[in-house]
Amino acid sequence: MADINWTALIIFVVLFAFITWLGFAAAHWRKGDLDQLHEWGLGGRRFGTVITWFLVGGDLYTAYTFIAVPALAFGAGAVAFFAVPYTIVIYPILFLVFPRMWNVCRKHNYITPADFVRGRFGNRWLALAVAITGLVATMPYIALQLVGLQVVIGALGVPSSGYVGDLPLIIAFIILAAFTYSSGLRAPASIAVVKDTLIYITAFAAVIVVPLQLGGFDKIFAAVPPAKLLLAVPGAHTTGSYSYYATLALGSALALFLYPHSMTGILSASSGHAIRRNAALLPGYSFMLGLLALVGFFAIGAGVANRPEFAAGFKQFGTNFAVPALYLHTFPSWFVGFAFAAIGIGALVPAAIMSIAAANLYTRNIHREFINPNPTDRQEAQIAKLVSLVVKFGALIFIVFVPTQFAIYLQLLGGILIIQTLPSVMLGVYTRWFDDWALLIGWAVGTAAGTAMFVVVNSPNYPLTIGGYTFPGYAALYTVVLNLVIAVVLTPVFNALRGGLNPADATVAADYHA
Amino acid sequence: MAQQDLAQQDLAQRNATQDGARRSGWSWWYLLFIVQFVGALWPPFYNMAEPTFIGLPFFYWFQLAWVIVGAILTAIVYFATDD
Repeated sequence: MADINWTALIIFVVLFAFITWLGFAAAHWRKGDLDQLHEWGLGGRRFGTVITWFLVGGDLYTAYTFIAVPALAFGAGAVAFFAVPYTIVIYPILFLVFPRMWNVCRKHNYITPADFVRGRFGNRWLALAVAITGLVATMPYIALQLVGLQVVIGALGVPSSGYVGDLPLIIAFIILAAFTYSSGLRAPASIAVVKDTLIYITAFAAVIVVPLQLGGFDKIFAAVPPAKLLLAVPGAHTTGSYSYYATLALGSALALFLYPHSMTGILSASSGHAIRRNAALLPGYSFMLGLLALVGFFAIGAGVANRPEFAAGFKQFGTNFAVPALYLHTFPSWFVGFAFAAIGIGALVPAAIMSIAAANLYTRNIHREFINPNPTDRQEAQIAKLVSLVVKFGALIFIVFVPTQFAIYLQLLGGILIIQTLPSVMLGVYTRWFDDWALLIGWAVGTAAGTAMFVVVNSPNYPLTIGGYTFPGYAALYTVVLNLVIAVVLTPVFNALRGGLNPADATVAADYHA
Repeated sequence: MAQQDLAQQDLAQRNATQDGARRSGWSWWYLLFIVQFVGALWPPFYNMAEPTFIGLPFFYWFQLAWVIVGAILTAIVYFATDD
């Protein structure tokens, strides 16, 4: 990365300037009173099917996904394709749970998952647990969006060592912070349309051009080492890579919609209908994610790892450099600028939504619950705007001063933590059967066990051993089962102890329907 | 006072509509989703290189094909359960 690639850099900057303008202009789009939290933080719940498709797609398929999934394919091979079954099973979950969630949240003006849990189970401590879990899981995720941005800025040849090297990152984040503050969710919603268009073009270009250059898919996959081509067949007394692959896909899918930013995207839809329609339309993104995982193999086929011009990049960014290297190797500079802008803007959309989601959580479930129970609408919106700034600068400081590896480590742990809110949030949408304290104890045990498993093996892949048989699997899935079993066992116990004096449910069955 | 009556009436009405079968929140069509869970989450089905399709090993094109099958199944459930 000796020289700056000027053509690519200029196109990158021009596209960034355009979305900056768009982010500020978005404040006037479907205009609402931005001094109300649901207007600033949920775009007034007015987005129809199409905008929701772009927004949720832009929200869930982050820049980090676009860098990390192909990077995993490049480095580890077939296991990276877990992303495909993962995106296949998220949509039935979206379809079954979230139209109901949308209806009840609209009815009671709930903005966060913790708001819903507070109303449903009437327990402020359970709601606090859900809110804090959401905040802790979201923070490293925001930081990781910066990693995607950092890699493409580095790949443009902009010097990226030392604190001066962090300057482009800081500028991008000030822009992000400013338009999120002024426009709220309308900013990422409008930018998502541009970003996803760029990303689709970028992905399809690679999938068409690279195989043509390299002589077809058969040539590319012939270059992939046999050990990376397929999952390792399990040996005796273990389910080996099969159980890990399947549990990783399922656990990640269950965790996905529990992240506060997923909920923010979904709740901003204009109706439960728009959500159901999206469950059938969003697989468009799944297909693209699958194609992008293939791009990791293309990078193997193109032999980018052995090219001297990319040695410095791989040294600095590891396998995360595989995708940028492939684009630099394959495409003319102007398209490289286009593609890198797609990835860079792809970092800003989810980072904006995540910071809005975190701000909503703090404002509603910590500040309003424990500090100032009766804010005016204006005060509430103002607090959220300020918190969104704090959250983003926290993430920026994190990524500038802390090694990237640590952010990745925390993000992996975040998946294990967020899934522990499944019984109260997802099952809560269907039933009030659980006792609130039983849920809270289940959450605490699941969180402790999941963290312990992760720390002990230093990986989310925990080798669960029962009677001499090993089931390697995603710790999140194992511990949420434990969490659920505890909640189920303790619910009758607490019911008996309380003699029917459980807190009231603020919602009624009809609230869950249109 | 009048407002309270109205609210109570509204609540009674909402509780009444919920008795309708359409409003029960469950449809047997949802069982179609099990197909995609099993098809996509059982690696022994697809952890093989042959047969290839346009040069893609079976492992890859089979799972990509499931994305399309999954979308079609979800669309079927959507239209079947649409009011």
